[in-house]
Amino acid sequence: MAAQANQTTTGTAPAIELRTVTKRFRTPSGGVYTALRDLDLTVAPGEFCAVVGPTGCGKSTTLSLVSGLERASRGETLIHGEPVTGIDRRVGFMFQTDAVFPWKPVLDNVAAGPQFRGVGKREAIEKARDWLRRVGLSGFEDRLPHQLSGGMRKRVALAQTLINEPEILLMDEPFSALDVQTRQIVQDELLSLWELTRPAVVFVTHDLEEAIALADKVVVLTVGPGTVKDTFAIDLPRPRKVQDIRFHPRFVELYEQIWTSLRDEVQLAYARTAGESPRPEQAPEPGSGPVRDHEPAVNEPRTNEATRTNDTIGQPR
Amino acid sequence: MTTTDTLIPSLDDQDAAELMRAARSGRRRRRLLILSAQIALVVLVIGGWQLASAQGVLDSFTYGSPSGVLDQLKTWFTQGTSTGSIWHNIGVTMEETVLGFLIGTLAGVVLGIALGRIHALAEVMAPFIKAGNSIPRVVLGSMFIIWFGLGPSGKVALAVVLVFFSVFFNAFQGTREVDRNLIANARILGASEWRVTSQVVLPSAMTWIVASLHAAFGFALIGAIVGEVLGAQAGLGQLIQQAQGNFNANGVYAGIIIIAVLALAAEFLITRFEKRVLRWRPTQLSGDTAGL
Ligand SMILES: Nc1ncnc2c1ncn2[C@@H]1O[C@H](COP(=O)(O)OP(=O)(O)OP(=O)(O)O)[C@@H](O)[C@H]1O
Ligand SMILES: [Mg+2]
Repeated sequence: MAAQANQTTTGTAPAIELRTVTKRFRTPSGGVYTALRDLDLTVAPGEFCAVVGPTGCGKSTTLSLVSGLERASRGETLIHGEPVTGIDRRVGFMFQTDAVFPWKPVLDNVAAGPQFRGVGKREAIEKARDWLRRVGLSGFEDRLPHQLSGGMRKRVALAQTLINEPEILLMDEPFSALDVQTRQIVQDELLSLWELTRPAVVFVTHDLEEAIALADKVVVLTVGPGTVKDTFAIDLPRPRKVQDIRFHPRFVELYEQIWTSLRDEVQLAYARTAGESPRPEQAPEPGSGPVRDHEPAVNEPRTNEATRTNDTIGQPR
Repeated sequence: MTTTDTLIPSLDDQDAAELMRAARSGRRRRRLLILSAQIALVVLVIGGWQLASAQGVLDSFTYGSPSGVLDQLKTWFTQGTSTGSIWHNIGVTMEETVLGFLIGTLAGVVLGIALGRIHALAEVMAPFIKAGNSIPRVVLGSMFIIWFGLGPSGKVALAVVLVFFSVFFNAFQGTREVDRNLIANARILGASEWRVTSQVVLPSAMTWIVASLHAAFGFALIGAIVGEVLGAQAGLGQLIQQAQGNFNANGVYAGIIIIAVLALAAEFLITRFEKRVLRWRPTQLSGDTAGL
């Protein structure tokens, strides 16, 4: 399967390439907001790239550019060396918010992708069954999404995305709503599934540990308008187990380095967005276990951001 | 509820069962009480009315009487009306209503979704829709009689217009409210615009559309009846109109009762349909039994 994924990629062209991309949005008040400025990003075929950055810095926007849901205002977006002109069949996208179809049972939800792409019903269902087994949801085929736990719903979304066997997998904080234990399980699942088909991944997260544990490369974005601040190669051995890799000495080192880079941006963003609710930003002790102190600053804008981003997706004005 | 119950140790289990039984019998008693109060109310009103008209307190010629209404119904159902059997009249009205309901709903849903999806179209059509909606419908009734004559088509047309607007606005709003994430997800998964519309927008907007159907059926019935009152050869509205012409108060009431029964039956069917298509929703409108 890995061979199949690789042979379709054209030569040495990177799977994803953003060249000095700028994205501007029109704001409701009539102004113009620059979400991304001169962003450069390259992801090789089969590479797992994590993107971290303060809230509102343009991480989701970056993904929507790669997916073809949005167009860059300036600069170039390339997939396998070709400019993105619309939604590309090779792209899979797991959204920041729940996007499984609430009226479809789990099995139909997972089968939706192949069916949309013209695969026969029987075949699509068979494939969906297979993928449900892989994400550990056998026996839940007939449930409706609202009858599942949050973690199970995320796994449905994962299966729904992976069943199309995307060469490019975009994931927008896919596991941020999960509790720590469930998150680790699903992260491990993701890694083993990724090993199967080896797509190029862009994985957006606020969780630095998650980024380091999963990725080959961590990209730190600046406070909005976002651009790449630093890129860190993660030279940790694979295959990894998420809960073990955290104790690798190199992990702690990398954590410190990346956090140092990220911290200033997070504090800047915090000062900007949380001016009215003063709560001093704590710089966490590097490497002191799960550090998510910067998250509260980030939480509130994140929730309404999702709908806002996609407003322009659904209806280009 | 049932799942947690099975996890409770057996002693508590008995307690829980006891509690459930007590709650259930309490609920049954309450329901009985309410029902008997309702029956008492009906008896009081109808009985009072009957008594008053028998005593001459209420002029039974002007205000009718329950026994008179009953007689009228009996006459209609056994001997028929001046425009054929009562079943024929009911049939005519129902045909107009159902036809108007179906056509109006279909048009409302199709146009509502189309305008909801295609913004340019919505902008072009907005003033015309608003203007159309502002016309008092009864005026249209007279116009349709001129256009279509006294036959059923005019009534169907009136029902269509009434139904259309109530369904249209809901379908339009429902389409606008569809979760953008779901649409984006479907497109990424490979859905064409048509598939997005039929498999994401329609099911999402169904909540809104179905909600409008209750009112819409009522409007269809109003359209048919008003159309018949304005001029027709048969139908319940025409019967009422005739009774009014003869100063037959009982006839008017009898017509109203038949219409009410029809409306209730339709309401029942629509509620069933609603439950069917919205089965996937976590909170049913009448979630009474969901917990048990
Ligand atoms: N459709 C839009 N119209 C106007 N501004 C937008 C739109 N979408 C995003 N923005 C703005 O662009 C900036 C970047 O948004 P984006 O969603 O990419 O942030 P993010 O990095 O994903 O944030 P978070 O971590 O909170 O999800 C934000 O300041 C947001 O307000
Ligand atoms: Mg985001």
